[in-house]
Amino acid sequence: MERVFFYIFAVIIIVFAIASVTSKKILRAIMYLLMSLLAIAALYFMMDYAFLGAVQMAVYAGGIIILFIFSVLLIHHVEGEIEEPSKMRKIGMALLSLLGLGISLATIYSFDFKVATKTATTSVENIGKGLLNYGEGGFILPFEVISILLLAAMIGAIIIAKGRKNI
Amino acid sequence: MMNIPLLLPTEWVHELLMGWMPETAVSIVEMVLIAVVYLAFFAVAGLYLVLLERKVAAWIQLRLGPNRVGFWGIFQTIADALKLVSKELTGTVKADKFLYNLAPYFPIVAALIALSVFPFSKSLQAYDVNIGIFFLTAVSSIGVIGILIGGYGSNNKYALIGAMRSGVQVISYELSVGLSLLTMVLLTGSLQLSEIIETQRTGGWLIVQGHIPALIAFMIYMIAGTAETNRAPFDLVEAESELGAGYHTEYSGMKFAYFFLAEFINMFIIASIATTVFFGGWLSPFGITDGIFWLQPIWFILKVFIIILLMMFFRWTYPRLRIDQVLTLEWKYLLPLNLMNIVLMAIIVWLKFTISW
Repeated sequence: MERVFFYIFAVIIIVFAIASVTSKKILRAIMYLLMSLLAIAALYFMMDYAFLGAVQMAVYAGGIIILFIFSVLLIHHVEGEIEEPSKMRKIGMALLSLLGLGISLATIYSFDFKVATKTATTSVENIGKGLLNYGEGGFILPFEVISILLLAAMIGAIIIAKGRKNI
Repeated sequence: MMNIPLLLPTEWVHELLMGWMPETAVSIVEMVLIAVVYLAFFAVAGLYLVLLERKVAAWIQLRLGPNRVGFWGIFQTIADALKLVSKELTGTVKADKFLYNLAPYFPIVAALIALSVFPFSKSLQAYDVNIGIFFLTAVSSIGVIGILIGGYGSNNKYALIGAMRSGVQVISYELSVGLSLLTMVLLTGSLQLSEIIETQRTGGWLIVQGHIPALIAFMIYMIAGTAETNRAPFDLVEAESELGAGYHTEYSGMKFAYFFLAEFINMFIIASIATTVFFGGWLSPFGITDGIFWLQPIWFILKVFIIILLMMFFRWTYPRLRIDQVLTLEWKYLLPLNLMNIVLMAIIVWLKFTISW
């Protein structure tokens, strides 16, 4: 049964990803992207990795997509239809995508995947301890670097939003 | 795949089905059965919350409220639902049909998924995921997409303004809901809902255990939760006097009913989270009925009901806020207060100043 579900989700991901790229209406493209992202979250849940699935839903579906919708509604013309790119460009893009697909497939098929013998659920506790661990195999440095990056982004956003006069 | 612990009478159903079906078929049938049970509960709870709202409104405004269909009007909302089902589904000509038709399903599906993780009793829980609270906040962030694209897809200025207001409001207040719940997670040390209740079984309800910061967290949670469900005094999404009906101006029939039901189920969900995290879920006060397991869901529903009544009193007591007031309240008052509250709670947990017995 898991196999059936996997293929259902895989088809959803691929079909909606293609639909999102080829759609002419910008807001529809965003909705297709949302479907694709939700199906990926479903795959994580199927792997019993609920934390990553929930992150996928909260960050991508709940955060990024809403941000996209907002920016489209605020900036874009409401009747926004994307104009058709030129033929040369289309062919070039198709070739580039095929190249990317080829590289990915070649990498996946050349790697010797082992079938996992045991399964373990990653608990939030382990993730938290891993993030704050400064010993062997800990992630404290990337964690702190990302915190500083986010802080810098936040301060930058505030400064841009405030304008020049009030600084 | 997902390990679904059996509901109470399903042990019996499970045995019955195992008698004449292969194992895969049994698991599929059980999933369908659980889904049907939850859907039925969803519909009934939604309908009767609408009735309760009207009765409470009538009570506060010294009216009688619905009293014609059935005794005390108990079949009024069922009649309303039948009327909505039989109504024509209208739409605007120049609207984006795909988005317009897709939108009502987002809030209702998100609400239904969120409903599945609550422990109604020790064994009555469909999906005991180990990230419980985080899962709930993640799922509830999906619902607002339906409002946004519904408002856009309607091709109506009032709907669009309502949707934008809703988007801004829900995204802002999600932070406060999440952070106030995080404050309580400091006490339990686990995000899993069944674990949270287990902590409260041995050490008293969390609102007692965490005393002052827990009370602050509860107040912030109730304010932010009310705002997240777009209810008055934060109902400027569909402020009737300004925006017609807000984002669902152009919807009719069942599609309107989906938005409407989802709003009431969201209220139920907010109250259920408050019950589980602050008031001990299905636990009885002081453990007076610990031995009687069939009372557990009743305690849960009773607590949820009291919190829902509180939210309804809010609605009919306070005047509506303006959009700038809503945003000022969240970003300049609730959020800093919440962050300070988390630090306070951390100190209290660290120094073991919690009350427990």
